[in-house]
Amino acid sequence: MIEVKNLGKTYQSGEIKFTALRNASFKIEDGEFVAIMGPSGSGKSTLMYLLGALDTPTDGSYFLNGKNVADLSDDELADIRKNKIGFVFQSFNLLPRTTVLRNVMLPLIYAGEEENEREEKAKIALHSAGLDEENFNRKSNQLSGGQIQRVAIARALVNNPSLILADEPTGNLDTKTGEIVLQTFQKLNKKLGRTIVLITHEHDIAQHADRIIHIKDGEIISDSKNHNRKIIQ
Amino acid sequence: MRTKDILDETRTSLSANKVRSGLTMLGIIIGISSVIALTSIGQGAQSAITANIQSLGSNLVLVMPGAQRGPGIQISLGRGTGRSLTQEDADAIKQDVKEVQAVAPEISGRYQVTAKGTNTNTSVVGTVSSYPEVRNVEIDEGSFITDLNVRSLSKVAVLGPTARDDLFGEGAEALGQYIRIRNEQFQVVGITKTKGGNGFGSQDDMIFIPISTAQRFLAGGDYLTTISVKAQDADSMSLVQSEVTNVLLDRHHISDPAQADFNTLNQADIVATASSVTGTFTTLLSAVAGISLLVGGIGIMNMMLTTVTERTKEIGLRKAIGAKKKDISNQFLIEAIALTFIGGLIGVLLGSAFSLGINALGVLKTTVSISSIVLAFGVSAVIGIIFGYYPARRASNLNPIDALRYE
Ligand SMILES: Nc1ncnc2c1ncn2[C@@H]1O[C@H](COP(=O)(O)OP(=O)(O)O)[C@@H](O)[C@H]1O
Ligand SMILES: [Mg+2]
Repeated sequence: MIEVKNLGKTYQSGEIKFTALRNASFKIEDGEFVAIMGPSGSGKSTLMYLLGALDTPTDGSYFLNGKNVADLSDDELADIRKNKIGFVFQSFNLLPRTTVLRNVMLPLIYAGEEENEREEKAKIALHSAGLDEENFNRKSNQLSGGQIQRVAIARALVNNPSLILADEPTGNLDTKTGEIVLQTFQKLNKKLGRTIVLITHEHDIAQHADRIIHIKDGEIISDSKNHNRKIIQ
Repeated sequence: MRTKDILDETRTSLSANKVRSGLTMLGIIIGISSVIALTSIGQGAQSAITANIQSLGSNLVLVMPGAQRGPGIQISLGRGTGRSLTQEDADAIKQDVKEVQAVAPEISGRYQVTAKGTNTNTSVVGTVSSYPEVRNVEIDEGSFITDLNVRSLSKVAVLGPTARDDLFGEGAEALGQYIRIRNEQFQVVGITKTKGGNGFGSQDDMIFIPISTAQRFLAGGDYLTTISVKAQDADSMSLVQSEVTNVLLDRHHISDPAQADFNTLNQADIVATASSVTGTFTTLLSAVAGISLLVGGIGIMNMMLTTVTERTKEIGLRKAIGAKKKDISNQFLIEAIALTFIGGLIGVLLGSAFSLGINALGVLKTTVSISSIVLAFGVSAVIGIIFGYYPARRASNLNPIDALRYE
């Protein structure tokens, strides 16, 4: 479960201060599928980095499963990312010249998991993400955009995280491939009960979630259930 | 993160850019192999020179006429420049200095020597029967100059093996044959054993004749060019040196040692001086090689910094999926160490091969010591750590968000 209270982030580069996020408060329960939607530059990625323990807030507090993430050390943040959170980015998701399997096993490698168990878990995650077995030993630069995102989703799943964060995961994909990726998220949410936070600037894409949080100029302007949810069969 | 996984990562990233890794390693390879090769050459030269000096004899103090002794030691094994030493001086040393085991006066010079049409220019030493004992010369065939030869001014000669080879052909029978020195005919009565050694003071390219004969027929005077004094043991050498000096100063009526008309040379001092010279030489060579190693290390650092910049996004991704600072810095540090270590290994093999090659060519007797190999490995690993540390730290300190946003 996620709970943020008055969360804020002010970037400072030299003399210049810029507040990219202010006063964000909301809760996300386990098993929810939430979209965070807003125009470019509105602070979506900033919010995701905070939720993903990649960065610490300058204001407010963030509780992940009851634990305050706001004041953890670098190494403790790394542990949270390793065990509790899975990321899918818009681009540069996979290590170049590395096989699909090894890419998916990477979080397990950093977790110090046994070698034979890694491969087992990676294969299960890849199946859940809907990637065909024939691609498992391909190098990442031999994959299509849709396949890359599925591998990234598998990697986000492999550690059994309580939260999957996806920052514009369909941003580089054509509509059809994007649909397939969104369908994968929906399956993971409905069938496996994963908590998913999907970040997007496109209204159409946000429609695939159960709940939509609107953000503009660093502020949350609405947070409501999505009544006309699009379900891909 | 497990060690095997770190090594896997290292292998992957180094082989991803083979040419660059290879070129970077080349700097270390050149550095390490030149350290190994040059130190082994230096040590080879040092032991060759020491062996040469040892072949002059053992526990030897040499007295030579002429040049005033200045500060320090002058190493000159050439002919004396003055005529201040006499047979009586030699006798007095033998009599008055009790730590002396044996004394061999000699008068030497270079002459054209002929035998049956062949001729050679070599060192002719007029000396006495004690010479082999003093100078560690061994007789291979026949006998050395006897006291009787000296007393009766015999025209007999003992040849060194090189002189024999030059005059009569390699390994030819020379005993009983005749040679001519300055138109005087000498009968060969003995051949000395080879002592090896080359360069200055080679004992193999010499001809020995009775000292009296040399003074009468060759030099035309009864002065000496060297008095070789053999001390009883190594410990008494410096005592013998100072006693000899006192005896001769006394005999020559000189009160100020600085005004002495002779030089004394202690073999131990010659060895020490020569070793310090070759030691300096070795150090200098190693320093030059060390500088190239340093340059190689800077090459490593340069490559690692480039790699860190190139892989900024990858570092961000790794951090996002749970890599700690330590995981990242280990990865880059071990990459640098792997480069220097593999480079060091190839360098050791190359340097050893070079040194063995020199050995095989017979230029110098070189050995590659275990200590220099261990040192080379240690140094290359340390270079990896030193020059890899800064790039690795830089990588691990990257903020994951900055790294992810990096374009
Ligand atoms: N490190 C930073 N320093 C200063 N300003 C930043 C930094 N990162 C992001 N910003 C600014 O914060 C705002 C929000 O950025 P971001 O969260 O990436 O927006 P979004 O993902 O919604 O497009 C932007 O105006 C951006 O320029
Ligand atoms: Mg963004």
